[in-house]
Amino acid sequence: MLYFSIPLGKLVRRVSRLRGGGSALPGLVVEKIDPGFMRRTLSTLPHGVAVVSGTNGKTTTTKMVVELLESQGLKVFTNRTGSNFTRGVAAALLGEVDWRGKLDADVAVLELDEAHAVHFVNSVPPRYSLLLNVLRDQLDRFGEIDKTAQLLQHVAAKTTGTVVLNREDPRVARIADTLTGQEVRYFGLDDSLLSTFPNDDDMRAAPGSPVPSALPAKPPADVVLRRVGPDTADFEYDVVTVTTGMRLRGVYNIFNAAAALSLARSICGGGAATADHATLLTALSQVEPAFGRGESLTVDGQPLDLVLVKNPSGFRLGLKSFPAGGYATMIAINDNYADGRDMSWLWDVDFDSLRNGGVDQLSGSRAYDMALRLQYDEVPVGAVQPDIAPALSDFIHEAKGRPKRIFCTYTAMLAIRRELSKITTVEVVS
Amino acid sequence: MTAESTGSGSGSKGTIRVVQLYPRDMNIYGDWGNALVIRQRLKWHGYMPELLEYNVGDEFPEDVDILLGGGGQDSGQLVIQDDLQSRADLLTGLAEDGAPMLLICGLYQLFGKFFKTRSGPVIPGIGILDVETHGTDERLIGNVKVSTEEFGEVLGYENHSGQTTLGSGVRPLGTVAKGTGNNSSDGHEGARYRNIVASYLHGSLLPKNPAISDFLIRTAAERKYGAFIPGTPDDHYAVLAREHAARRPR
Repeated sequence: MLYFSIPLGKLVRRVSRLRGGGSALPGLVVEKIDPGFMRRTLSTLPHGVAVVSGTNGKTTTTKMVVELLESQGLKVFTNRTGSNFTRGVAAALLGEVDWRGKLDADVAVLELDEAHAVHFVNSVPPRYSLLLNVLRDQLDRFGEIDKTAQLLQHVAAKTTGTVVLNREDPRVARIADTLTGQEVRYFGLDDSLLSTFPNDDDMRAAPGSPVPSALPAKPPADVVLRRVGPDTADFEYDVVTVTTGMRLRGVYNIFNAAAALSLARSICGGGAATADHATLLTALSQVEPAFGRGESLTVDGQPLDLVLVKNPSGFRLGLKSFPAGGYATMIAINDNYADGRDMSWLWDVDFDSLRNGGVDQLSGSRAYDMALRLQYDEVPVGAVQPDIAPALSDFIHEAKGRPKRIFCTYTAMLAIRRELSKITTVEVVS
Repeated sequence: MTAESTGSGSGSKGTIRVVQLYPRDMNIYGDWGNALVIRQRLKWHGYMPELLEYNVGDEFPEDVDILLGGGGQDSGQLVIQDDLQSRADLLTGLAEDGAPMLLICGLYQLFGKFFKTRSGPVIPGIGILDVETHGTDERLIGNVKVSTEEFGEVLGYENHSGQTTLGSGVRPLGTVAKGTGNNSSDGHEGARYRNIVASYLHGSLLPKNPAISDFLIRTAAERKYGAFIPGTPDDHYAVLAREHAARRPR
């Protein structure tokens, strides 16, 4: 049976690609007929497996870790297609292994969503894990934030080597107290940046709320983000602060760069002795945003930014990181399963920063929920059109000659990219 | 306790003091939306909103006109438990005196008689509402449509594992037309008692249900000034958001 599972899986993968189908089916087939496939294949990697999980920023962070490790000459296997669940990993593996099931890689860096990460680490205990944050996201799926923190705690507990934790997210930092055998490293923020980075407990949203009381003494962090400039950032590690250029935009992406640096340093063996920091920083400065995470396309000779928003803190950070001035703005809110069906989260975001310029176009299945939300923040609304194709076309037409920005939920972004690919070059993600 | 007055709008019809209960610990799934809607609609009706917060250990504000209570994690319920008990008499007095209150999810449960958690411990409520809640391991999640006599069709989103049973001292807010509501057997949602509206519904509840918002405002104005003189809020986005929301799947 074993000998057939890989060729069969690869065959299913080819067939489902021809059909234009999703990426998970071949993984499902292999999982069913050869449940040990993933563990067996991944256990041969000399540097083991690293899992990246958390609510926000998994895709961009994973991309950064991969590029950092590649800069050190490592061959990295990753689940690039954004299938951040176990079957997606199995499917991605099938694409990479040879017909005998051998994976030609030094290390695997896998993005896994919180619930699937638990599933995954139960069958493949990782050598490293990087836990980014616990924010209000898709609570309709997982129930509660504290539950999500427990999922991440489980991932940490199953990790055999090093756990990298966000020092500034209390629910993540607290995981350290529950660990016994693992090495714990933190990535952190300079105090001066904390206020630009609300966590959900600080984010009660009532304007004029008192600043939360001083935090207890923080553990030292492996990598600290000290400062963010327009296209540079300062990171501190090994008691030195270095400045590097950044193509990534948005404070939260750059904070995740600190996370990626810390994980890459761990995998390369820690201190300056093994990782070549000059090449690490060069690689970091060249990382491009992952799809929809603040990427900039060109339409009619003007930039068009796509900003993925999927939870209140992500939306707030998006608004803060990409100021509205000079830009035409569109917001597209869908409520499909992958977006989360509950619209409550829109009410935990302040839209005051859009009041001056207003919002030119609203779209998505919950366009009118968004219009209502903006009305209560006294933000002027231009047009409302739930269908994305005509809304996007109107937006591009009406905002001709101006730079444009679209804040959109996950499935709205997929639809927008599909439409945009008809008129400009858009990276196709299968 | 922090206070915020909002100056725009004439506010000539008088001040209405709105207290958010425990926003620090019981504030999830857009509870802020309910406070924002009350504040803005008060302005649109020509009243001056004064938005106050009451958190654990604060002095309780005087001259309260509207109370808003939200949901929370289990951890939040434990944090506020003792403080809530210490305010039970005061809150009961306000409720019996007809103060309008909106209680969502977690505080709906704790304004009842008790919450018996699934693992055994019983969190005592303050017993203003004749309801009791039992924790289950079944989570009730999804869009909800409720038919009510007072407020017409009420739309929202539920996400709870506690199941609430109503006693004879309260009546349901309405009958569930889509979704589950208070519990998986009785087919009704929420509770009404005096001027209290209690519900499991997020969404947030008030933005898409202006009839409930205006009930709270009208009741507060009548109680304080003897009469409510309505303004003319523009509800056309609310109407369209309701139409679209009503068509969405569970």
